[in-house]
Formats: sequence, C-alpha cells, structure tokens
Amino acid sequence: MDEAMLKRIESDPNFIKLVQERSSLGWTLSIIMLIIYYGFIALVAFAPSLIAVKIAGSITIGIVLGAAIILISIALTGVYVMRANTDYDELTAAIVAKAKGAK
Amino acid sequence: MNRFAKSSLLGAPLAFAADAAYAQAAAPAAPATDWNAILIFAAFVILTLGITYWAAQRTRTTKDFYAAGGGVSGLQNGLAIAGDYMSAASFLGISALVFSSGYYGLIYSIGFLVGWPIIMFLMAEPLKNLGRFTFADVVSYRLQATPIRAMAATGTLVTVAFYLIAQMVGAGQLIELLFGLPYASAVIIVGVLMVIYVTFGGMIATTWVQIIKAGLLLFGATLMSLLVLIRFGFDFNGLIAKAIEIHPKHDAILLPGAAVANPISAISLGMALMFGTAGLPHILMRFFTVSNAKEARKSVFWATTFIGYFYILTFIIGFGAIVFVSADPAYHDAKGALLGGGNMPAIHLAHAVGGDLMKGFIAAVAFATILAVVSGLTLSGASAVSHDLYASVFRHGHVDEAAEIRASRITTVVLGIVAIILGVLFEKVNVAFMVGLAFAVAASANFPVLLLSMLWRGLTTRGAFVGGFVGLILAVVLTVASPGIWEAVFGFPKGTAWFPYTSPAIFSMPAAFIVCWLVSTLDKSRSAAAEKMAFEAQFVRSQTGIGAEGAVAH
Repeated sequence: MDEAMLKRIESDPNFIKLVQERSSLGWTLSIIMLIIYYGFIALVAFAPSLIAVKIAGSITIGIVLGAAIILISIALTGVYVMRANTDYDELTAAIVAKAKGAK
Repeated sequence: MNRFAKSSLLGAPLAFAADAAYAQAAAPAAPATDWNAILIFAAFVILTLGITYWAAQRTRTTKDFYAAGGGVSGLQNGLAIAGDYMSAASFLGISALVFSSGYYGLIYSIGFLVGWPIIMFLMAEPLKNLGRFTFADVVSYRLQATPIRAMAATGTLVTVAFYLIAQMVGAGQLIELLFGLPYASAVIIVGVLMVIYVTFGGMIATTWVQIIKAGLLLFGATLMSLLVLIRFGFDFNGLIAKAIEIHPKHDAILLPGAAVANPISAISLGMALMFGTAGLPHILMRFFTVSNAKEARKSVFWATTFIGYFYILTFIIGFGAIVFVSADPAYHDAKGALLGGGNMPAIHLAHAVGGDLMKGFIAAVAFATILAVVSGLTLSGASAVSHDLYASVFRHGHVDEAAEIRASRITTVVLGIVAIILGVLFEKVNVAFMVGLAFAVAASANFPVLLLSMLWRGLTTRGAFVGGFVGLILAVVLTVASPGIWEAVFGFPKGTAWFPYTSPAIFSMPAAFIVCWLVSTLDKSRSAAAEKMAFEAQFVRSQTGIGAEGAVAH
C-alpha cells in the first residue's frame, strides 16, 4: 500500500464510517460482556450466599445466572457476526473497490 | 479428594485440578484392560493416521504446514478451535470439581467461555488481517522483528511447555487407569502419535484431528447428559434436588465455595480465565487457517456456540455424577475413596448410565481429546521456533520454505521427545499449577502485547519487549510464590507463601499494560517515532484486509 492510496482510504467517508461503527459496536459489546461477567464474579466474591438462593424448586440464582451468561455470550457474538457479515462487509467491499479502482 | 480440592483452591487457579488429580489418581491396584476403550481408540487412531497420510500429500508450502493452506471454512475452524480448547481437563476436571465441590466447578465452566466474545469483538479481524502464521507476525508487523519475535516466541514456548507437561502427565495417568496400560507406554504412545500427526500432516492433519475429536466429545457429552436426564424424566430441578440430598455437603454445594471466598482471588481468577483464552498461542494460530476476516468471525461464533453448549452440559454431567456415582459402592474402594482417583466421576458416570460400552467410548474420547490438544500445542510451539526464531531472528527472513518446514519438523520431533521425557519425569509431581500458569502467562504476557500492538498507535518495540517480559516474569514468579505451589508442591510450611492469592493475573496483567504504556511513552528514539508513524498503514490493513493474504479478491 503506497502513501497516496493510504491517504485516499483514510479520507474515504466509508472507511471513517466503518471504523467508527465497528469500534463503537465492538467496545459496546465488550463492555456489556465485562460488566456481566465481573458483575457475576463480584457476586461470587462479595455475596456468595446470594448465589445459592433457590428461585424455582432446587434451581438457584447461581445456576440460572451461569447458564444465562453462557447463552448471552453466544448471543452477543451472534449479534456482532450478523452486523459485521452484512453492513461492515459491504462497506469494506466498497472501500476496497474504490481504492483499487482509483489506482 | 479433599487434598485435591484444596490444592486447586489455594494454588492452581484452573480446573486443572483435573491434571492435578491425575497426579494423585494413580491407583495402586493394576487396572483391568478395557477392550471397548482400546478398540474405539484404535479406530480413532487408524482414521486420523489415514487423514495424516492424505494431509501429507497436500503439505508442500509453509502456508500449508502452518495454516492448512488458509482454506479452512469458518464452521470447520470453529469446530477445530473447540477441539483445541476443550481439553480433558475441562471435561474430566470440571465434572470432578462439581462432583466434589458443587457450584465451584461451574465457575470454571463460565469463566472458560467469556473470553470468546472479547476475542470476537476486539481481536479476530485485525488478527486475521495482519498475521500469517503466528501471533508474533501481528505484534512485529510494525515493530522490530528480532526483539519482538524473540519475546513472543518465549511467551509462546512458556505457555506451550507448561500446558504440554500438564497434558502429558494427565494423559499418562488417565490412560494407565482407563486402558490398563503402563504409565510410560501411555506417554510414549501420545508423544509418538502427536509427532506423526504434526510432522507429516502439519496444520491440515492437526485441524482434522481437532474436528473429529470435537465431534466425538460433543457427541459423547450430549449422550451422557441425555442418559442422565432421562432418568429424571428431563426434570433438571429433580436432578439438582437429588444431588443436594445425596451429597454430604447438601445445600452447601450450591455455594461458590471457600476457594473464591477472597474477593481478590475471585477477580484474579476471573481475569486469568477470560484474558488467558485470548492469549493462548495454539488458539490464536487457528485464526490464520481461514481465508479472510469474515471466516475468522464465523469461526469464533461457531467456536463460542460449541464450547458454550459443552459447558452447559458440564452442569448436567457434574450434578449427574453426584447422583449416580457418589452413592454407589461399586465405584468406591473399601475405604470409600473413588476408584481411580479424583478425576474419574465422568468416567464412572458413563458406566452408571450407559454400561461398559459407554464407559469404553467415553474413555476413548478422553484419550482422543488429550491427543488432539497436545498436537495443537506442539504445532504452535514448533512454529514459534521455526517461523519466529529460526526464520526471522536467526536467518533474518533469508530462508526458503523447504528449509523452514524442515526446521519445524525437526522441532516437532525434539518437542515430542522432550514432552515424553518431561511426562515421565513429572509422573509423581502435582502438575495442577501448570495449566494455571499457562493461562496466567497467556493473559499477562501474550494478550497485553498483542492487543496493544493492534489497537494502540503509541506502542513501540521497547515498550512491547519490556512490558511483555514484565508480564511473563511476574506471572511465573507470583504463581510459584502462591500457596498452591510454594506450600503444596515445594512443601514449605503453611503460611510461608508470600503471595496469598489464587491467581497472579490481577497484578501481572495490569503491570504488563502499564509497563508497555510507560516505556513506549518515554521512548523518544527515532525508531519509536517511525513505529508510531507506521501504525496508520497497519490500521488500514487491519480494518479492511487490503494487502492481507488471500483476503482481497483479484
């Protein structure tokens, strides 16, 4: 990649949009994940008895939370892949086409 | 059992309690030979050797050898990542932990999964767009190759070595128990098979071994869970209620347990589990086997789905083992200890719900699991030596592909021999801490440097080098100084360990980030300025894939 092409891509509005949208989604989802997981760890560390509270028969808050964290992890990666494989890949294709075309 | 739970609680963070328990598991009585297990495992070996022969015909270039030619699909790679990641320690270790301590084991099930979304959101795409064969490719993209690759290769080899020893010792003891083979011959079988897969078939064979093993493990775990649930008419609540009734600790098994009673230990363990995943070299290497960023994303999604599904099954298998194994005298010796030692609940459960054939199948799956994991580790270690050290550091890139592959094959054989020797030497040692150490090093040395190199313009060679080594050394030293090693392994008196927590990550990982930042910021050299300038081109490539191998359609 030469200097001129680099400058062209960097000033491409699609590139600016891609970087902004992707990093905002990536960091938002990361922060959600960190809050969920460290919220859980905080519960384990500071309120362990709450983990063992039974909410339905013998099933506890801890078991439900554990399964929920696993399912949320899968769901959030799914959300990211869906966004990325459609919107972001379209933007990327447009950026690449423009960069190649202008050569 | 108690001792085992305690040592994992105090010292070794992770569920390698499994590997730990292997160390104490060796039963004095000669175990009976399980022909079901041997025949099923033999079928696995014949199939995978056939695949290796096929793969060997297709392994010509370095790209074939390290990255399976870059043609693995997202779904295949997702399965292979799951195969690399779900070790025997996760399967046998977590069910053993749930069996002995209840909910404590499930904290590992959760912690092992939550690193995957982070890998997806922040790392998968730039990793694929910047690297070729190893994560050192990414870190050294705009930094100086010699010091950075030397540092990254050290981090890789330390991680791989500890993980590998733990798996070899685990393999030897497990196979001795399950198959009735002598310890040393079990270690040699594992070592020889992994060398054959990796040397001849490279990444292509390793990938298929992982895929088959992941399929077997997912199938086996599903079948076992179904067999457990059928007994309860698919009433999960009834299963838990029965487990509480049977377990000697009763309702206390629903509590997180004393191991994570100290908040700093709990958070530190959480960090090692989450970020260690994102710094395991044999996992990172798998991202280079797909053709582009889109497939890399799909790989993570599939991997997260399979691994998450598997860990949800560990809930059922763990509580199922409490119900069907702990009260049955057939699985205990005269003194009431579990036959075969602390790692056996899942195996006994297979027998309890599915008879001899099911037990043989699960035993064979456990063996296949270990074999697949050590193959992935060995390939990763070999590529650090041949690609990062030999080709880049010593030959400065002036080396042809054939010579580099040859170097990698020689390294694989050497690693195999070393792994066999260490496996035999460490037979009687409690190796629980080793996988914990591997995760701590991965979280404290590999992960910070890799993440900063991709996302932070200001990182310089000096910063990455010093920060990476600070994280590595701190992780190793603090782990050794923790009670789990200082007292449990070295045998110093209780209370003399000067690092009181379960895992070093809460200190060593931030230390690595801070040192990387501080040294980079203070680095006013001309090369540092050039490296910061070079970030823009790297960033554009990491975002768009322009210039990345195989990423742009021509």
